[in-house]
Amino acid sequence: MKKFSKFVALALACVLTFALCACSADTTESNGSGSSNGSSNQKSSVKAGLICLHDENSTYDLNFINGFKAACEAAGVEYLIKTGVPEGQEAYDAACELAEAGCNFIFADSFGHEDYIIKAAKEYPEIQFSHATGTQAHTENLANFHNAFANIFQGRYLAGIAAGMKLNEMIANGEITAEEAKMGYVGAFTYAEVISGYTSFYLGAKSVCPSVTMEVTFTGSWYDETAEKTGAQTLIDNGCVLISQHADSMGAPTACEQAGVPNISYNGSTEAACPNTFIVSSRIDWTPYFAYCIKAIEKGDAIATDWNGTLETGSVVLTDLGAAAVDGTAEAIEEARNKIINGELNVFDISTFTVGGETLTSYMADVDTDPAYEGDHEAIVDGYFNESGEGLRSAPFFNLQIDGISLLDAAY
Amino acid sequence: MAKTNKSEPLFHIAKRSDMTFKKAILVRVIAVVAALVLCAIITMITTGLNPFTVYGSMAKGAFGTVRKSWITVQDTSILLLIALALTPAFKMRFWNIGGEGQVLIGALATSAVMLKLADHLPNPLLIAVMLVAAVLAGGIWGVIPAIFKAKWNTNETLFTLMMNYIATQLVAFFIIVWEYPKGAGKVGIINPKTELGWLPKIGNFMGSKYMLTIFIAVLTTIAMFAYLYYSKQGYEICVVGESENTARYVGINVGKVIIRTMFISGAICGLTGFILVAGIHQTITTSLVGGQGFTAVMVSWLAKFNPFIMIFASLLIIFLKKGAGEVATSCGLNESFSEILTGIIIFFIIGCEFFIRYKIIFNKKSAKGGNK
Repeated sequence: MKKFSKFVALALACVLTFALCACSADTTESNGSGSSNGSSNQKSSVKAGLICLHDENSTYDLNFINGFKAACEAAGVEYLIKTGVPEGQEAYDAACELAEAGCNFIFADSFGHEDYIIKAAKEYPEIQFSHATGTQAHTENLANFHNAFANIFQGRYLAGIAAGMKLNEMIANGEITAEEAKMGYVGAFTYAEVISGYTSFYLGAKSVCPSVTMEVTFTGSWYDETAEKTGAQTLIDNGCVLISQHADSMGAPTACEQAGVPNISYNGSTEAACPNTFIVSSRIDWTPYFAYCIKAIEKGDAIATDWNGTLETGSVVLTDLGAAAVDGTAEAIEEARNKIINGELNVFDISTFTVGGETLTSYMADVDTDPAYEGDHEAIVDGYFNESGEGLRSAPFFNLQIDGISLLDAAY
Repeated sequence: MAKTNKSEPLFHIAKRSDMTFKKAILVRVIAVVAALVLCAIITMITTGLNPFTVYGSMAKGAFGTVRKSWITVQDTSILLLIALALTPAFKMRFWNIGGEGQVLIGALATSAVMLKLADHLPNPLLIAVMLVAAVLAGGIWGVIPAIFKAKWNTNETLFTLMMNYIATQLVAFFIIVWEYPKGAGKVGIINPKTELGWLPKIGNFMGSKYMLTIFIAVLTTIAMFAYLYYSKQGYEICVVGESENTARYVGINVGKVIIRTMFISGAICGLTGFILVAGIHQTITTSLVGGQGFTAVMVSWLAKFNPFIMIFASLLIIFLKKGAGEVATSCGLNESFSEILTGIIIFFIIGCEFFIRYKIIFNKKSAKGGNK
C-alpha cells in the first residue's frame, strides 16, 4: 500500500503541476465567468439562452443555432446554448437552468418542448420565453410566453415554381407527356405543418404546369435516412419524375441523385452531395426573429404573442439555384416573390385548388389546440385560405387534402 | 528458473481487511480529487479554460443561486429515496437493480390516476388514490421477481433488470395512448390548467415547493434506519443475507422475508415515482427517472447500506452531476461533455472501492516466484 500511495501522490503531483502550467498559459482566453460566448464590444441588457432538441449534427437544430449565434453576435448579446434536450421534463429543467444563469430571453426549438417552457414561463414572469412551431401562446395568455414560426409555405410555393418549370421542360423535350408530370413528396408526419408544406409546393408547381399531380409518402420520423431514401425510391418507381421532401436527412436527395431524378430539398442546399439533380431548397432563417426579440427586450417593448416570419422579413429564404434548374427559373421566382410580398398573389388562393371536386368557400380550421382537432376559426377570407394569418396563430393549420395530390399511406 | 521468473506477473492482488475507517475515507477523498483534476485537464484541453474556473462553475452549478441549491437538495432527496428503497433488498443479498423500473411504474400509476380520475374525485382524495396506486404498483413490480426467487430460485439480478425494460416500454405505450394533442407522441404537462393532483406546497416561502420531497426523504431515512437496525424484521433481513441456511435453522421463513422485503423496496420506489410525477415534474416520459435507479445502487453501496451516510453519498453524486452540467453549458460545450465528466467522476468513485477492499502487492524483482 505504501508503494501504491507513493505512486498516487506522485501522479497527483504531476497532474497538478501540469494543470497549473496549462492554466497560466491561457487565462486570457476567456473572461472571468467563463460564460461569455458572444462578442462583448457592446454591453447589451439581454442574455439569451437557446434550448435545442439535438445538436449541430441535425440540420434542423443547426439552422436554429446558426441563426441564434448570428443574431446574438450582431447585437453583442451574451448567449448560452443547451443541446440534446429531450421533449420532456428535461426541457423545463433546461429552461430553469438558463434562467438561473441570468438569461432573460429563452428560446426552445422543438414542438414537444412547449408544455415545459410554459411551465417555466409561469415560474419566471420577468423572463421572456419563446418557442418555435408551438401552438399554445395565443390561448395561454401569458405575457412572457410567445410562439414563432415562418411562412415557409411561401418558400415552398416558390420552390414549386422551379419544379413546375422543370416539368415543363421535360414535357417540351418529349421525355414525358403532360399527363405523366407526376411529382413525389417524402413527408415526415401527417401534421398540418407537413400538409401545408406539400400543398403549397404542389400549388407552386401547378401555377406553371397545370397538368401536374403529386404522390406523398410519410416516414413517421423527422430524421430517418433509410426510410426517407426508401420512400423516395418508391415514389420514383411509381413514376414520379421529380421529388421534394419535408424531413431532415439526406435520404431523399441521395436517392434522387442515384436515380438521376431532379430534387427540391429543404433546410439548405444539398448541391454539394447532389450536383446533377439539385434544383433549389427553401429554409427558414431564424436570425430576423432572434434579432427582433433582442431589440424588443432591450427597448422594453412586448414581443408578439405569435410572430410570423415572411419573405419580407427575410425569414423565408431560397438557396441559389442548382445546375438542374431550368433557365428563366430565377426570374419566374423573383416575379412571384414580388407578387406575394405586395399581396397580389396568395399561395392558398381558393380559385387554384379544389377539395373533393369543389371549390372551398368556408373552412373551420383547428387553431386552438384540442384533443379532437375540432375546427374553431374561419380560415377562408377574401378568396384565400388564411394560413398562419394575422390574429390566428403562427404555426400552420392548413390540413386539407386537395385534389391532384394522393397519399400513398397515412399511417403517421 | 529464469523462465519462471519471466512469467512472474509484476504484481498480484490480495484481499485486505486491515484498512482503517480513516484511511478508507482518505482513499475516497483522493479518488474524488483525482477525478476532479482529470476532469479539469480534459476541460482545459478542449476549451482552454483554467481549472479553477471549471471548479468554480461546478460549485455554481449546484449552489450558484438559492433556487439551484433547493433543486440540488430536492434531487439529492430523490436519489436518496431510491437508494433507501434498494437497501433492505441489498442487505438481504437480493440484488435488486430494478429500481429504475419500480420508480417508473409508480410514476405510471400516479399519472394514470391523475389523468383519468381528476374529474371524478375531490383533489385530496385524488392525491390519496394516486399515492396508494403508486405504492402498490411499485410494490407489485418488486414482488414479482421476489416470488420467482422464493419459489424457484430464479436469478433476481437478471429478473429485476428485465423488469426495468418492461416498465419503460409500458410507459412508452401509455404515452401514445394518452398523447396530447393527438399525434404529438407526448403527454405533456398533466392537468396544466386545473393543477389537479399536483402536490401542494408546504408554506409559502422561497423553496416551499421543494419542501415536501425533502421532508419525505428525511422521514424515510430515519424510518429505514430504525427498520434495519432496530426492528425484528430488519434483523431477519440481516440473517437471510448472511446465510439462508442459518435463517432456516432458526425458523425464519426465508421466502416470506424475501417477498416482504421486496415489497417494501418496490413500494418506496413507487412512492418516489409518485413524488416525481405529482410533486416535481407533473408529466410522464420514459426518461423520467433518468438512470437514477442505477445510480442509487452505487449510493447504497458506497454508504455501506447505512441510511445516514447515504445522504452524503447522494449529495456528492448530485453535486458532481450538476457541476458537470454547468461546466458544459457555461463553457459552450455540447451536453455530451457533461456526461463524459460525470462518467469520469463516477468511474473514480467506484474504482477507489477496489483499493479499499483489495491491495496490490508488487512482486519484488529479487523474489523467487517459482513455487508458491
